[in-house]
Amino acid sequence: MTGYNFAYLDEQTKRMIRRSLLKAVAIPGHQVPFGSREMPLPYGWGTGGIQVTAAVLGPQDVLKVIDQGADDTTNAVSIRRFFARTAGVATTTHTAEATLIQTRHRIPELALREDQIIVYQVPQPEPLSKLESSRAETTRMHGLAEYGLMHVKLYEDITRFGQVSISYDYPVMVNGRYLMSPSPIPAFDNPKMHMMAALQLFGAGREQRIYAIPPYTSVVSLDFEDHPFRTTRAPQACGLCGADDSYLDEIVTDDRGGRLFVCSDTDHCETRRDAGHTGTESPDVEQAA
Amino acid sequence: MTDETLLSARGLNLRFGKIAALVNVDADLWPGEVLAIVGESGSGKTTLLNVLSGRIAPQSGVVWYRAPDGRLVDVHAMPAPALRALHRSDWGFVHQNPRDNLRMAVTAGGNVGERLMAQGRRNYGSIREEAIAWLGQVEIDASRVDDLPRTFSGGMLQRLQIARTLVTNPRLVFMDEPTGGLDVSVQARLLDLIRSLVRRLNIAAVLVTHDLAVARLLAHRIMVMQAGCVVEAGLTDQVLDDPQHPYTQLLVSSVLTA
Repeated sequence: MTGYNFAYLDEQTKRMIRRSLLKAVAIPGHQVPFGSREMPLPYGWGTGGIQVTAAVLGPQDVLKVIDQGADDTTNAVSIRRFFARTAGVATTTHTAEATLIQTRHRIPELALREDQIIVYQVPQPEPLSKLESSRAETTRMHGLAEYGLMHVKLYEDITRFGQVSISYDYPVMVNGRYLMSPSPIPAFDNPKMHMMAALQLFGAGREQRIYAIPPYTSVVSLDFEDHPFRTTRAPQACGLCGADDSYLDEIVTDDRGGRLFVCSDTDHCETRRDAGHTGTESPDVEQAA
Repeated sequence: MTDETLLSARGLNLRFGKIAALVNVDADLWPGEVLAIVGESGSGKTTLLNVLSGRIAPQSGVVWYRAPDGRLVDVHAMPAPALRALHRSDWGFVHQNPRDNLRMAVTAGGNVGERLMAQGRRNYGSIREEAIAWLGQVEIDASRVDDLPRTFSGGMLQRLQIARTLVTNPRLVFMDEPTGGLDVSVQARLLDLIRSLVRRLNIAAVLVTHDLAVARLLAHRIMVMQAGCVVEAGLTDQVLDDPQHPYTQLLVSSVLTA
């Protein structure tokens, strides 16, 4: 596209972001400030993720963008088209074919490989923000690794609800040192971050922070010895592909209480259906009946 | 009493502009001893407490603390992480207003357990058990463990703060007017509690108070301050029964007796 630099951002800005990314990779889980730019989309729609993607994107990359696991939602479609037009890169909806995946709120079900990078869109990079409002104080707490306060929050949850009630953005310890917000992915996805083969980059545009997890780094969800971390998912199987181990979305189908549970990772669901898996709500099953 | 002091300060000076808050103050504290700092408002009592505990740096002078391993450490030359670790484990600080120290949106059990969790304890059951045991020590009913502090009375809040401070078995506790703002009967009960805890657990304490009766009841030794200077120091009974300095004489004679 004429009139724009490759991948929209100017080279100087990309270098600045890459410097922050290098520092972030060198100190896993540590939030590195960066000069976040105005992007042609509103804050909260992935301005941080889109800048990180622009900084690491190369002409040979194959880009996949997902929003809540789906390739076909407005946010995912617009960001994918944005880079197709400003960088001319190939795009895909298949997890296995992508070299660069930008995501909001999910990690693909398919295990990522060493030659892939995953970029998370982050609204609030500070895991302690709800407990301690002062940024100066949380920075000090990170510096001294004083994370007892986070466990007070978990203690309170167990006391009040009998279990930890955090279902998304579940805090993790990275490399045994930094407490980190995994962005609002479901706690279900937390174990996938542990020792992941792919490089994980996190961009928070409004809060102007970048952080990262290098490949094969330990990522441990906080818990108590006698109340270990556990993931939850809807107890159903996917209505379309029958998967009973993937993270499910609940879709209201009518105004009489109709519910459909389907994989939130649309590519995972399609791949399984193409391989012949069917669920109870598959169109083929209804036709056959 | 051993020869080795737990905390000693030499030649502390601190001025806030024209106001001399501390003038050449020396202080010593031995293990298991309670030292009271008395004097009128603005005499530098709380400033001295803050300087001794490393919260404010003096302009000159030094504060030595004997660490559990026997080494002497300069409190104000310590790196910040070490000082904060000391405040979390070996030391405690009891504020006049318990709301300054407690987390009002966290249950009593969570408040007592926070220092344990900050030390790396990660077993919910044992943290809770210990919290309940400490609530018992400060005479709060175990059934209140899951209640928020805002449902507690003023005296209970102060006792909860003491439980929260003592849960890590500190060797040294700083107390800033622990009985201020409480009515007389609650004060008496709290003083009784503090006295028995300090004796039983062999805790050393620096106690700031303007109330000579509190000092008489709790303290082994007493320091009388006026305008930043220590005008008289010695054994509590000796100083209060036979005050030498005119200011101390004035303080002792102005106590109302019922």
